[in-house]
Amino acid sequence: MSAAMRIVNGKVYDPANNIDGKIKEICIQDGKIVDSVPEDATVIDAQGMVIMPGGVDIHCHIAGPKVNAARKLQPEDHRHDVHPGTPFTRSGTGGTVPSTFATGYRYATLGYTTAMEAAVTPIGARHTLEEFHDTPVIDKGFYVLLGENIFLQNLLREKRMEEFNEAVAWWINATKAYTVKLVNPGGDEPWKGKKNSNVSDIDEQTDEGLTPRQIIEAFIKSVDKQGFPHPPHIHCNNLGHSGNYITTLETMKTAGDMRAHIAHIQFHSYGGELGKNPVSKAAEIVDYVDNHPNITCDVGQVMFGKSTIMTADAPLAYVLKGHSKGKWVNADTECESGCGILPFNYQEHIYMHTLQWAIGLEIFLMAKDPWRVILSTDHPNGGSFMNYPKLIKLLMDKAFRHEEMKRVNQKALENCSLRDLDREFTLNEIAIITRAGPARALGLKNKGHLGVGADADITIYDEMDDKEMMFNAPRYVIKSGKTIIGNHEFITDFIGKLLHITPEYDKKIEEVVQPFFESYYSIEFSNYAVDDSYLHDHEIIATGKASS
Amino acid sequence: MTENTKIIENATCTFCGCVCDDMILTVDLDEKKIIKSKNACVLGRAWFAEHTIEEDAPAAMIDGKEVSIEEAIEEAAQTLTKAKFPITYGLSDTTCEAQRQAVAITDRIKGNIDTTTSVCHGPSGLAFQGVGESTSTLGEVKNRADLVIYWGGNPAESHPRHFGRYAVTPKGMFTPRGKKDRTVVLVDVRKTKSSPVADILIRPKPGKDFEVLWALRALVKGKKLSDDIEERTGVPLAVLQDLSDRMKNCRFGVLFFGMGLTMTRGRHFNSGALLALATDLNEFTHFVAKPVRGHGNVTGADNVVSWQTGYPFGVNFSRGYPRFNPGEFTTVDTLANAHADAAMIIASDPASNFPKKAIQHLKSIPIVVLDTKCTETSKDAHVAFRTSTYGINTTGTVYRMDDVPITLRPAFESPFPDDETILKGINKRVNELMLAKHYASGASGEVKVAAPV
Ligand code: SF4
Ligand SMILES: [Zn+2]
Repeated sequence: MSAAMRIVNGKVYDPANNIDGKIKEICIQDGKIVDSVPEDATVIDAQGMVIMPGGVDIHCHIAGPKVNAARKLQPEDHRHDVHPGTPFTRSGTGGTVPSTFATGYRYATLGYTTAMEAAVTPIGARHTLEEFHDTPVIDKGFYVLLGENIFLQNLLREKRMEEFNEAVAWWINATKAYTVKLVNPGGDEPWKGKKNSNVSDIDEQTDEGLTPRQIIEAFIKSVDKQGFPHPPHIHCNNLGHSGNYITTLETMKTAGDMRAHIAHIQFHSYGGELGKNPVSKAAEIVDYVDNHPNITCDVGQVMFGKSTIMTADAPLAYVLKGHSKGKWVNADTECESGCGILPFNYQEHIYMHTLQWAIGLEIFLMAKDPWRVILSTDHPNGGSFMNYPKLIKLLMDKAFRHEEMKRVNQKALENCSLRDLDREFTLNEIAIITRAGPARALGLKNKGHLGVGADADITIYDEMDDKEMMFNAPRYVIKSGKTIIGNHEFITDFIGKLLHITPEYDKKIEEVVQPFFESYYSIEFSNYAVDDSYLHDHEIIATGKASS
Repeated sequence: MTENTKIIENATCTFCGCVCDDMILTVDLDEKKIIKSKNACVLGRAWFAEHTIEEDAPAAMIDGKEVSIEEAIEEAAQTLTKAKFPITYGLSDTTCEAQRQAVAITDRIKGNIDTTTSVCHGPSGLAFQGVGESTSTLGEVKNRADLVIYWGGNPAESHPRHFGRYAVTPKGMFTPRGKKDRTVVLVDVRKTKSSPVADILIRPKPGKDFEVLWALRALVKGKKLSDDIEERTGVPLAVLQDLSDRMKNCRFGVLFFGMGLTMTRGRHFNSGALLALATDLNEFTHFVAKPVRGHGNVTGADNVVSWQTGYPFGVNFSRGYPRFNPGEFTTVDTLANAHADAAMIIASDPASNFPKKAIQHLKSIPIVVLDTKCTETSKDAHVAFRTSTYGINTTGTVYRMDDVPITLRPAFESPFPDDETILKGINKRVNELMLAKHYASGASGEVKVAAPV
């Protein structure tokens, strides 16, 4: 079989190229989309089917130390959801934190071909890359936790900004990351060093002499200056707390007109008084995002049922432990991060959980510009990525949404405007929030679209009225030009590649970093940076200030 | 000593779970020997010094006769694919890269995989599944811990640099005076070489760890204890109360625990009680706990088996997907119950340290062995590979006891291939054999993409 393929008769949804449901031929050669292919190319007849670029998950937790701890923690989560192997694919286990192989295959079975792990400690980068190599089909990358990095905070406090920029670039290179991640800026030291306390205001001065805002601003500026394809990925302060929407607005304002990505924004859109039940502030948040094209966000939709909380926001996980009363993991990483993990369950009858569910939907349905309001469940925090088809149905099918609304806490619905929202997403809009939008936000020029030169990552769904069924079982999934799923079955295996960036830096910065290591880390400086043997198949995405 | 020497800086010692990565090795390249290992402890020095290559040992044998590596790989693959209940065991003294291949093979042949965790810190793994764990990397202990408690272990002899490099004497960010900034408590039924390091020594009666831990949990929560606690546990109430106060009032406390806790009466209940105590203390201050793991890369084995299967050890693939059941799928049990009908043993010597019944069965089934030396197990092997030593001859990844991964820097070349290379070969062959079986059974694996028009 030649590497050339032609997909005919399918309805193509390719919003980046303004193609909205047109019957159009797609040609593939050597893993890329091309203008035309030779006569003898393999043909897929997509009559009655919908063709989209492969899905891109901009925010999920699928690999690395905290994910693996969550796997080990929950045998009960795997046992009822096994993932048998096939002659071509490996076996595994599922649940909210699937094994690596199950993770890759299950993304593929939803038509997703790229996923970004959203929080990795630098010291855990090597572990993450090892797991990635065992995570099949999808391309993947990760965001490295630098916000609570003590060395970087020291430079910041001393206003050594040149060195700060160099050190950020050094760390990205040393870990093979895609961008920087900030989590609850300023909250790590109070947690670890001050008897499990936390910061509560973006302008609160910590004992270290920095405010969360100063940390956020420094990273936004640094990444802007260096032109990373994706801006700092920010988990704001006060996640989950009533009244936190103010913090979220302030965080976005801190960016000025520079780019910033706000992670799982649903969890940060609450009004009301601290300590009391929240109310929805989705409208205020969406209004800001809609009017500021420099901001992108992913929603972090909550889906009812089992989830696993896993976050570098250790104080938050501890608060949730107080509610769940079950097992809990705390894991501190020296000089870099905290981490909390616990099993969780979102329940329809609980006010808070329903409100969270409703706010997520409100954000989707109110957003005027779907390109910058991206679909995610903050897997597995808001629920497994396996919920995406159901979430799509909630957005596309008003009748279904209203049926579901009957089963939830009614008091919570009174404190939001979900009942008044009649919008139904179109297939084109779904293609935006699951493909074109995240690819654009990530600066992945070859993903999320089907134009000539794009990666041949393609999903073909049977067109169905029931959108959950439709998005649950693509008939074909093509990754890098190879048919991985044909007629709903895996027909081959594929590894996928790492996506990372390599911003330039002055080698001299190592002389500044090294003494800190020798004093405060427990591994040797020269054993810290991850070497190229961990890359396997990889692609470097260009950095540099974009002109647009 | 010859002139032909080489210095390897920042090499890693894999002898114990401390995985110290600051070795400075001097290698005699002619003699193929490490002649000096600066920074290593006595155990590490012996590990490096004793490592010589038996050049003329065969790299591969079938039933004791030398064969080519290819022939041995073929025979290993045939043996494993023919078996109905093949087991894989060992794994803690090899790289993660090799471990990944071992799980892959076991998955494909629908076998059973288990690691030495099941005979050391398995109970800690079970306790972890039950209650979770508040924990940290060792650098955090060095930087912050002002209260360090060792429970049921003798690190001075088992992990000699644990005190000096990570937990007791090093000067850290918030512990600038090293040991002066810390209180060290040792809880052990015996007096050991570790005792002198302690500011406070507590010696419970043997087999009473659980009771002592539970009493501490009660005190921490402000509950009253009955007066006979000393009689029952051997520890006076005042001592327990003092420890409870110290734990609640420290800034950053850590509980390290060893096999003296996990492998004595109570087992995973003991580990569970200790993890629960550390968790409880987070209501008052920052507190973490950490098992002091033994073998070099047993933590890597836990990680690899977990990310590939969802479970840390004792995993069975006979139904085509992973199932976990310690007590059934742990190796002592698959052998003692005579379930296993072929075994692949990697970097471990069960024939010398398993219970008698298990050894008897092991000796009655075909064994494939990968080891760097001749062992009790390899003597009886059907297929035996001699492999190079990780960290000395080959690179790869190992995980320290605190889950920090480190890349190894080999010192000199071995004439023998490494575990990963052999296992990759077996994996490839096993895959071919299983696919052939699949097609032979009439099933179609044909690509079902629409045919060219
Ligand atoms: S403490 Fe352990 S790892 Fe460190 S040198 Fe000694 S034996 Fe090797
Ligand atoms: Zn997240």
